[in-house]
Parts: sequence; C-alpha cells; structure tokens
Amino acid sequence: MMMRWLGRPFSLREKVAGEARRMREPPPRRWRASRANPHPNPSPVGEGNCASLHLRHVLTSKGKVLFLLLPLLAALAGPALAVEPDEVMKNPKLEARARALSEELRCLVCQNESIDDSEAPLARDIRLLIRERIREGETNDEVRAYLVSRYGDFILLKPPFQADTWLLWLSPVLILGLGGAAALYARRRAPRLTPALTADEEARLAALTGGDASSG
Amino acid sequence: MIVEIGHFALVLALAAALIQTLVPFWGARVGDDRLMAVGRNAALIQFALIAVAFAALVNAHLASDFSVLNVAENSNSAMPAIYKIAGVWGNHEGSMLLWVLILAIFGALVALFGRGLPRMLRADALAVQGLISLAFLAFILLTSNPFERLMPAPFEGRDLNPILQDPGLAIHPPLLYLGYVGFSIVFSFAAAALIEGRIDAAWARFVRPFTLVAWSFLTIGIAAGSFWAYYTLGWGGFWFWDPVENASLMPWLAGTAFLHSVAVMEKRDALKVWTIFLAILAFSFSLLGTFLVRSGVLTSVHAFANDPRRGVFILAILAMFICGSFALFAWRAPMLKQGGLFAPVSREGALVVNNLLLTTACATVLFGTLYPLALEQLTGEKITVGAPFFNLTSGALMLTACFAAPFGFSLAWKRGDLLGVAQRLTLALVVGAATAIAGAAWLGGRSIFAPLAMGLSVFLILGTVIEVVMRAWRPGLALGAALGRALGLPLSFYGAALAHLGVGVTLLGLSGLGFGAETIATLHKGAPVEVGPYSVTLDSVGRRIGPNYTEMVAPMTVRSGGVAVAEIAPARRQFASREMTTTQAGLKTLDFGQIYVAIGDPAPDGTVPARLYWKPLVTLIWLGAAAMALGGALSLADRRLRFGAAVRAKAGPRPLAQPAQ
Repeated sequence: MMMRWLGRPFSLREKVAGEARRMREPPPRRWRASRANPHPNPSPVGEGNCASLHLRHVLTSKGKVLFLLLPLLAALAGPALAVEPDEVMKNPKLEARARALSEELRCLVCQNESIDDSEAPLARDIRLLIRERIREGETNDEVRAYLVSRYGDFILLKPPFQADTWLLWLSPVLILGLGGAAALYARRRAPRLTPALTADEEARLAALTGGDASSG
Repeated sequence: MIVEIGHFALVLALAAALIQTLVPFWGARVGDDRLMAVGRNAALIQFALIAVAFAALVNAHLASDFSVLNVAENSNSAMPAIYKIAGVWGNHEGSMLLWVLILAIFGALVALFGRGLPRMLRADALAVQGLISLAFLAFILLTSNPFERLMPAPFEGRDLNPILQDPGLAIHPPLLYLGYVGFSIVFSFAAAALIEGRIDAAWARFVRPFTLVAWSFLTIGIAAGSFWAYYTLGWGGFWFWDPVENASLMPWLAGTAFLHSVAVMEKRDALKVWTIFLAILAFSFSLLGTFLVRSGVLTSVHAFANDPRRGVFILAILAMFICGSFALFAWRAPMLKQGGLFAPVSREGALVVNNLLLTTACATVLFGTLYPLALEQLTGEKITVGAPFFNLTSGALMLTACFAAPFGFSLAWKRGDLLGVAQRLTLALVVGAATAIAGAAWLGGRSIFAPLAMGLSVFLILGTVIEVVMRAWRPGLALGAALGRALGLPLSFYGAALAHLGVGVTLLGLSGLGFGAETIATLHKGAPVEVGPYSVTLDSVGRRIGPNYTEMVAPMTVRSGGVAVAEIAPARRQFASREMTTTQAGLKTLDFGQIYVAIGDPAPDGTVPARLYWKPLVTLIWLGAAAMALGGALSLADRRLRFGAAVRAKAGPRPLAQPAQ
C-alpha cells in the first residue's frame, strides 16, 4: 500500500516502505508512555538529527549545558530538511491536512519540536505514516487517536483536557481570578477618594484656570 | 601564567564579595558611615578583579591555549578570531563568568553613580548585590572553574559547536545577560527597602534607570536570539515556546509588569507592596531560568551525563534567594505604608490591569513549563505542553494586554474618563476593526489569529499616535503652539509611546505570518519555482571552502514578474572537526518581508531539495523589539529620571501646561 501513493520511483522507497511497515506493527514496549514506564522515550542518542538533541549531545557529553536559548538553535544537524519534497502528497487538500496534523504532533525524540519542523528520522516516519493513513481515508481525529494509542498523550503538543490536565488548562483563569480578587480586596480596604467635582465646580475651575486644568 | 592570574583574581573577587556583603550591611545596622562606605570600594574592586579574570579567559581563547580544559573543549585554532572570543561564553563555565562579570558591572554602577542615594539604602543594596556575587562566584570556583588545566595539553581543540559559530553568539548572550542580571540590581534595591522597612517614590526613581537598562537589553537580547533561531533553524521559526525560551520570556514579562508598576509608584506613590513583589519576582525568574537551563532538569527526559553537583548547587542558590526574599517580603511588606489613592478608572487602574494580565501570562508560562515535570514526578504520566497551549493561554492574555494598552496610555492619573478616552480612540478602533475584517476576507477564513492580530496592531499603533498628537494639539490650537507643547513633553512620555508602538509593530510582523506562502520542492537548474508573489530559480550548485568548514552552495535568483530582484545563496555547511552539518538559509529582505530558502543536501544529479518561504512583514517582529528597546533608552535619557537626580534642573522654557505624565 505504500507503493500506491508514493507514485514515482524514489531511491529511498525500499527503506521507507520498510520503516512504515515497522511502524504499523505494535510498538516496542519501551516507546509507550505508561505508569509502569515513566521514561517511554527511545534513547535519543544515535536517533540523530533532531535539533536540540544534537547540540545537547555534543555539549552535555561532558556535563555541559549551554546557556539560555541555545539548545533550540540546534535544529540543523541533519542530512535532510524537515519536510522533504518526496514526502509531499499529490492532492493539495490532503497534503494541507497532513501538514496541519504534523504541526500539532511532537517529535518524540526532540525538545518541544513538532514533527513538521524536525529533521529526525523518527519524525519523518511519523509524517509518512500520517500521510498514508490520510490517504486511506481516515479523519484527522482517527489519525490522532491512533498515534495517541501508540505513543500516549506525550505526542500531542496541545495536551488534552482531562483529569490530570484540567488544572493546567484552567490555570490562567484561576490565576487571573485570584489576582483580580486580590486587587478588589486591596481596593475595598483602601480609604475612599474624595468625590469627583460636580459640573458646577468643573465650570468654576475652568473659568479660574483658563481651561488648562482639564488637560490630561 | 596569565590563566593562573585569572583564577587567582576570581578567588580574590570572592573575598571582595564577602567583604561587600558583610561590612556595609553591618555598618548600616550600627549606623557607621565608614563601614557603609566600604561597600562602594568593595564593589569597584570586585568588578576590577572579575574583569581581570574574564580578560585572562578571553586571552586564553584568543591564544588557543589548549592546556586550559575550557579552551581545548570549546575552541579550535582554525576558528576566526570573532568566534574565538565569542566562544568564551559559548560554554557553561565561560558563560557563568560573563554572568558574574555583568553582575559586578551593575554593582560598580551603583557604587559609582549612587552618590545621590540615601547612605543606608545604598549600603544595603550593595550588600545584597555582594551576596548574589558571592553565591555565583562560589558556584563557579567550586563546580565550574573555567581555568582548569589539562595535562597533557592536546595538539588541537575540539572546536566550538558549529551551530554556535555565528555572529549571533557574539551578540545574543551578552545582551540577554545584561537584561537578566540587570534585574539583580532591582532585586537588591527591593531587598534593601524591605530590610529598612521603608520605601517611597524616591526609591522608584533610583531603580527606574536600572529597570529601563535591564528591560531594554533583555528585549533586544530575546529578539536577537529569536532572529538567530529564525535564520539558522532552516524553516524560519523564531519562537517555539521551548522551556529554554520560556525561561527568558518569564523575566521579561515580570520585568515589563514591574516597569509599569514602578511608574505608578514613582508618580503616585501607590502600589508599593506590589511593586516590591514584582521586583523580587523578575529576578527570581532570572535565577529560575539559570537553574532550569543549567541543571539539566528540563532535559532529564533525554538525560545525558549532567553534573548533579551543579544542579544541586544552583538549586541551593535559587532556594536561598527566592525563599529568603519572599520571607523578607512576608515579614516586612505589611509595614510599608500605602500612599496615593486612585479611582478604578484611571491610569493607575489601567496599569493594575496591565500588571494582572502580564503576571498571569507569566505565571501561565511558568505553569506550562513546569507542569509536565511535576505531573511526571507525581503520577508517572508524560504529557507535552507545546506551542498550541501557550498560544491559546499566554498568547491570548498578551493580546488582551495589547488591546488595553492604548486605553491605559490615554487615561489620566488618579481619575480617568473612560468614555472620553474611547471617543478619542474611535478612529483607531474603527480602522483596526476594518483591517481585521479586510484581512479575514483576504484570507477567506484560513486563519483567525492573523487578521485579529493585524487589526489589533493597527489599533495599538494608531491609538498611540493619536494620544501623542492629542497631548500636544487640541482642535483650535495654533500649529506653532502645538509644536512648542510637543517639544515640552517629557522624553519619558515619548519613550513609553515608542515602546508601545514597538509592541504594535512586532504584533503586525507576527500577523504577517498568516499571509505568507510556503513551497516544498526539488529544484532543477534553470526551472523557476513559485513562492508567494515571487519565483525562485536555481542557478548552479557548487562547493566552497571556508576557514574551518566546506559547504555546498546553491546560488539562486529571485524574480518578481520576470524581473530579477535578488540573488540568494543558501548553503549546507559541513564541519569536519565535529562531523556536523548546519543550514545557511538564503535570505533576502524585500520591503518588510523576506524570501527564505533552506536547502537539503544536493543530489548527485544536481537537483536540490528545498523549502522556500515568502514571509511578508516578518522583519517587523524584530524591528518592533528594537523600537521597544529604543523607547526604553529614550525614557532613560529623560533628565528628570536620571539616576540619583536630586539636583533641581535649571528652570527652562516650560510648556504651556505641565501635562500630567
């Protein structure tokens, strides 16, 4: 089924088809996020071309982490681009769906990078997998559900709203509410302002100052 | 020998920091002027010693002295001189040394220009600053000594990571650190005020210049980092909500909130407790960022050998300063007298709203960054909190703050007239809404964010301009008189206006992303590929040899309607010493947008896989940040706000009426 949509000959076909077949099989246990295994990530060492990893690998091998903002600069160390021309689907509508979907999925071996931006081979595999599933007529939700069943919520860049994340999602509202309440409380405790000038007083003031007092 | 002098100077600096901490603090407690005055000299000496140590390390890097471990691991004799120097802070030890150097610079600035300060406040602030120095110098000397020797010395160094061999490395970290560490002074003053239990508008006036300096540097530091990421990453992303970026955004948000609340305190003597709280918060976030990035906590998922001693040490420093300062805050803050009253609808009220929105945005970033770590520790579940979450939460809060900004900027102090302000802003509101609708129609519903942000940015820019004009000119006023009034307006007013304009311009640049185009294609020589309104043609593919790399270059011509408008040369660089490849994007600024081309490895048949982008308005993102920083500098130049400006300014020509600022 891979060949059907790949369409034109391309040198990596065999390899990619093999990779995709591998991906369709049940995932190795160590990759699945679960309580039993709190570190489901495959070891990134040797996983290659993911940006931050590369840098971190280089820099931390002797216990060094670079200063701020640098690890993210590392996305280049691969032989390939993030989305390669040979991945692109013929049907632009389906391709657009695939792109939108890949933007919300995390490259599992990178630091907060989407698979759309990652050069890691694993990200490419998942991009191909998404396209294959879309090609076979699955909806975005079905593709997403399938990937979550394989890799857990970890693969979603946007965490789902559920029992263990509601606090996260509601945090802005809660903090804003608390802050607002605190501000109101502080206001109520503060002494009152003198009442504003009446229209009469305003007019008298204007007459006395020649109109300047009203300026900002 | 020079290396040992540097090491020795660093140890002496530690001693100076110890003296700077203890003696002036004791002097302030017993009221001894001579003991308090020691702080000034200790701060200057400490600065000189750290400068010597830093110079020694720079010298070792420049001379490629591979008998120094730090140089051997992060430098190479073939590197251009600029990267040899920048490489000093391109590693953990060296960047920590830069950190304390900047810390000492700020301490020395207080010592030099703090004559107008109350003696006790200055002594206490220098003591706290000395304590921060002490902690970080001890950290460097005990866990991250950059002067460690290597025996036997290797013949050649391991080279600086190729990704860091970029002018960005020379610019971005020092600017960012000037921002981060600049907030340490604000923190020290806040702690000193709490120790004394007294704070007033004069305090706000002392810290305002430091706040402006720190904030401006942090702004361009972040912008420089984002621009660096943009042209290096190969797909034109400039902000990823990566934990490491978030670590720099949090102090910026807290610092921005502080900048606004300290204005309230200076002008109206209100919001004191809150301002102190923000001062502590801003620097705490700087420390937290340092901890998160260096301890390896955030990268624990892909744990490589991180030195646990470092993480624990920084955590101890973090705990000491954050817990210590908040304990001091809880103990002393209730004693601070509240001043100036204000109605809810007023400039002060608007600034409270600003503070509420910015601190919530900041707290959300903190929550989103740490939540996955906490959840994994508590339940073992792994989730990802990525860009979509932050855009929806913090992004929305910041957009709301952008909408509120013109209102706050136009409101009067103490008691404002919201209806009047709304009337003045009608034009801006209408034009902004029209822009948003036109943008949405143009895109045909492809993006909600882009038209919304564009409308909002137009409103913000126009609203700010209207306010500036209205300050100087009212209907019926002669042009000459208006000009006179405009000249009489304080520089700090123009600074604030420029900073608000900068936010609007950055937002406009962000909105442009929704109007861009992207093409992924295999380029054949001579065959044009369309991207947005332009077409790009691959001219040739060739190999080029650089000082310490070789690269495959693919020169291309950009055409608009058949006319060549630009030549670009994207490349892939191969660094032999680390067996790494980097992408050099081909960039060309056309109007305010950019053509951006990143290539993959050229195939043997001469074709080149490429991602081509047309990014309209994208340069405005960074130009806006530059305008914000410039606004800060303008505000800093205001004579009334110069540091310790206790001397009354000479009576000059006064404006028609002193407008409340």
